This record gives sequence, structure tokens and C-alpha cells, in this order.
Amino acid sequence: MVQQTPAAEFGQKRSSPRVEAYKGFWRRLRKNKAAVVGGALILFFILTGILGPFFTTADPNATQISIKLQSPSAEHWFGTDNYGRDIFTRIIHGMAITMKVGFLSVALGGAVGVFLGIISGYYGGILDTVIMRTMDVLLAFPGILLALAIVSVLGGSLTNVIIAVGIFSIPAFARIVRGSTLSVRKLEYIDAVKALGASDGRIIFKHILPNVLSPIIVQLTLRIATAVLTASGLAFLGLGAKPPTPEWGAMLSEGRTYMREAPHLVLFPGIMIVLVVLAFNIFGDGLRDALDPKMKK
Amino acid sequence: MSKFIIRRLLQTIPVLIGVSILVFSLMYLIPGDPAQIIAGEGASPKTVEQIREKLGLNEPAPVQYVNYMKNVVQGDLGNSIRSGRPVMDEIKARFWTTVELSFYATILAVFLGLIAGIISAVRHYTWSDITIMLIALFGLSMPNFWFGLMLIQWFAIGPDWMPEFMKMRASGWGDDWRQIILPVITLGTGGAAIIARMTRSSMLEVIGQDYIRTARAKGMSERIVIYRHALKNALIPVITVVGLEFGGFLGGAVLTESIFAINGMGRLTIDAIRTRDFPIVQGTVLVISFLFVFVNLLVDISYRLLNKRIDLN
Repeated sequence: MVQQTPAAEFGQKRSSPRVEAYKGFWRRLRKNKAAVVGGALILFFILTGILGPFFTTADPNATQISIKLQSPSAEHWFGTDNYGRDIFTRIIHGMAITMKVGFLSVALGGAVGVFLGIISGYYGGILDTVIMRTMDVLLAFPGILLALAIVSVLGGSLTNVIIAVGIFSIPAFARIVRGSTLSVRKLEYIDAVKALGASDGRIIFKHILPNVLSPIIVQLTLRIATAVLTASGLAFLGLGAKPPTPEWGAMLSEGRTYMREAPHLVLFPGIMIVLVVLAFNIFGDGLRDALDPKMKK
Repeated sequence: MSKFIIRRLLQTIPVLIGVSILVFSLMYLIPGDPAQIIAGEGASPKTVEQIREKLGLNEPAPVQYVNYMKNVVQGDLGNSIRSGRPVMDEIKARFWTTVELSFYATILAVFLGLIAGIISAVRHYTWSDITIMLIALFGLSMPNFWFGLMLIQWFAIGPDWMPEFMKMRASGWGDDWRQIILPVITLGTGGAAIIARMTRSSMLEVIGQDYIRTARAKGMSERIVIYRHALKNALIPVITVVGLEFGGFLGGAVLTESIFAINGMGRLTIDAIRTRDFPIVQGTVLVISFLFVFVNLLVDISYRLLNKRIDLN
């Protein structure tokens, strides 16, 4: 940190409480080593997803039966699969798919969930009851089952997986945001802006949303981890992206047939899923600690 | 207490109705005509019409739903498109397999999770705590279907010293109970990680409280303080997670059963999705969700019994 002279400090305007809070959050986040590693990994994965395909010269779907099921070597870092495709290239290309599914599905579920949670908490009454009971119904489908049921009727494709995993994420956001909205709504400053004649929309977007943002951000990060796991599970069951798409779950599913002679077919896609999910989990944990210092021991 | 149980039971009813409406609507979300799907692609228009008439598909949707529910209440979930057998019979044959698998996975998750969580909390910020929490984080981040494949790779088709019974994975289990070991580890590990993290944070919270300091100040041994005073209170929030985990395992069994070729409800669901046997999909999803709601109800009641300080009103 740059030390400021008293004169400079005197001449400077004091930053707003929001900026101060942001600085505090940033300081706590940087102190959390696990979170820094998680964040750096996520950044690396995103960059790999965007730029990776430009650096791998091989076509991820180019088959060459003569070199099928080769073990990892200098030429093929992660070996080749049953069609002689280079697994490393496929993994790099699959990164973009994983990131797309993770971010888009959670963006979808988050947008709908946050909207429902806020209006549920803000308006209360019958609207609240209807929305929350609907969320209870969605939560009554354990684990992957809801996403599975949705994909089973929509049909297996990447878009449908994004929709299914998105719907699967809605209740988590709605519940958390409703709870936070309820506690913010009762605060005095909301009464004050109401008395000043602010519209509901303005109160919700300008005054409530910024104050419930912390749990939303944490939830967004952690839900991406869940979304990646769920989507790869669906693809593994043959309900996601169709072959030859280099989706990691689908690669695992294809590779399991050859596990005995070529275990690397299932080893590498699995490790990649673990790394991505792990990165989002530790970053989410770190964010939670940094955004809510009271919770940190 | 009985008032609470009755109220909680009544609260369950709208959820069950909601779940059944959603499951019922699945049939209508399928692109295309349900009667055509049931009849098969090559069926004549006459056959399709007959099926539509027989299943009451010409009725308005609410009437169809009421008819569907009337049948469900009587234990009739329709017939499988492929085998023609009642869906209920297909489920009955596999129900206990999935419940048993989930049950053992829960026991494993609780056992491992509690031990790891307690050690972690008692020795917090030491190397054992950090190691346990790192392992838990890995457990949480690992797709269980991949873990299952790795277990098969390591144990079943890997080294020669591995007992023969673990290699008989293709037949599922049934003939030899020991075959359940790998599926249970596959399914339960993620849950163990969650329970370990939960137990740790819950224990740490309790250990920081005044009455624990008092107990220590009185000169009680650390063992008694931890196991008699802290653990009892720290376990209460963990119970909720255990219930949720059991439910989650019922859903997660879909993947585990498919890897280990176990003939349970999960595998039935997947096979039905692949063959577009929608009555079966509806039936299994409905049964698993109802079971999950029921487990949650039991968890809530036991939570209340254990924690009299909390008023769930």
C-alpha cells in the first residue's frame, strides 16, 4: 500500500462508505490464500476457454484410427481416445463448453431466482406464499432428479442442459434473496425513501438489491460449481451434448468402455471437472468469508 | 408437539400436490403428441386415436390431472410403454435396492463426516484440520460418477490382490452383499465431505460459547467438555444436513446405479428416459420425490424434538 502524506490525505475527499466497504472486502479477499488461488484458477480457465482453441492446432474431432488409445506422450500430452483424437485438444475445447454451461445456467437461474426472491420478500402476502411454495416444490426433487426430468422431456442438448440446470438453481437464489430482502425491508432507510415517494421499482433496484448483493455473489460462485457437476452428470448419462462434442462428461461416458486398456480416457476429463468445481468452491468460500467478516472465525 | 406435527403434515400436502402437478405436466412438455409416442412411430392414426381415448387425453388438462391423481392415490401409476407392465410393479421390484443403497451411503457419510468434522474442530488450525478440510473440499468437488469409475479402475479391474467379489460389478449386487461396498463409497463420499464441513463449523461455534468456557474453568477434562457438552449441541444442525443428504443420495443413486449396473430405481429412470418410456419416468420421479418430502418431514420433527429451544413457528 502506498503511504500518503498528511497533506495529500487532507487535500483528498473522503471516499464514500460503499467504496470503503469495497476496499475492506478486497483486502480480506486477498488475505485469503485459498480464495486467491481459486480466483486465479477461474481466470485461467476462462482465458483457456476463450483463447485455448487458438493455440491448439489439432482439430478436436479429427479422427485417426491408426493412433487410437495411445497413452500420454510428448506428442499427445493426455494420450488419444478410441478414435485417435487428441484428448488434450478435446479437453481445451471442452473448457469453453464447461464454462458456458456453468455461467449461462447460473445466470439464468440467478436472474429468475433473485427476481422471485426480491418480490417475494418485498411484497410479502399471497405473492410470497405462492412463490415460496413453488420453490418448495422445486426443492422436493432431490439432487440431479429435477434437471434429469426436465432434460428427459426437452431432449438432450447443450441448450436444454443449460435450461434444466438453470431451473434447478432457481430455488437456492430465491430463498436466500427473500431472506435478505426481508431483513433489509424493515430497516429505517427503506421507510425514509418510501416517505420521499420513491417507486417500488426504484426501491428494489436502487436500495434493496445493492444491499442483498453479497449473498447473491457468493451463491452465484458456489452454484457454478454445482452446475458444472450437474451438467457433466447429465452429459455422462447421455443426456447432454451429443458426440462428438468434446464435453467432459460425455468424454467420460465414451471413455469408460475402454477403461481397462486406456484409463487415461476417464482420468483427464474427470480431473478437469474436479479442478474447475474445486476452483469455484474455494473462491466461493473465500468470497463468503470476505463479504461477511462476522462469519469468519 | 402434536400440534407442530399436525401443522407440519398439513404443510406437506401442498408440496406433494405441487410435485404431482409438475410430474403430471412432464408428459405435456414433451415435444409431440403423447398418444403418438405411446403408440410408437409406425402406428396407424386409428391406434393413436384409440390410445388417446383410452388414456383420456381428449379431456381438458385439469380433468386429466384429477384422473391421474385418483389413480396415483390407489397405487396405479400407469403402464410402462415398453414392457406393458404396471409402473408400480416395475418400481416395487427396485425400490428397496435404491433405498438400501442410499441408507448405507448415509451411514458411511455420517460416520466419516462426523469423525473428520470433530477432529478438525478440536484441532482447528492445525495440520490435521487443514488436511481434513482439503480432503473434504476435494470430496465436495468430485463428480461421484467419476469417483465411482476410478474406484472400479483401482479396485475392481486394477490390482490382482483385490478380492474377487469386488470385480463382479456387472451383475450389480444381490448375490453377494459385499458388492455394495464400492457403490456405497461412491455415493457416500460427497455427503461425508458436506457433513464434515458442517460438523466442524457447528462445533467451532459451540466451543466458542460461554458455557464451554465455564465447563473448562470448572476443571472438567477436555474429553468430557468436547463429547458431553459441545458435541451434543453441535450435532443438532448437522441432523438437518443428514436428512438432506439421504434425499440427495436417492437422486444421486441415478448415476451410481448406472455405473455399477445396479438394478435400482435410478437405473430404471435412465433406461426409461433412453427408451422414452415416460410413464416410468413420471412414476420414478414421483416416488423418489415423495420419499424425499417424507424424509424431510421426519428430519424437521426430529430437529424439533432435539432442539426444544427453537420455536419453528
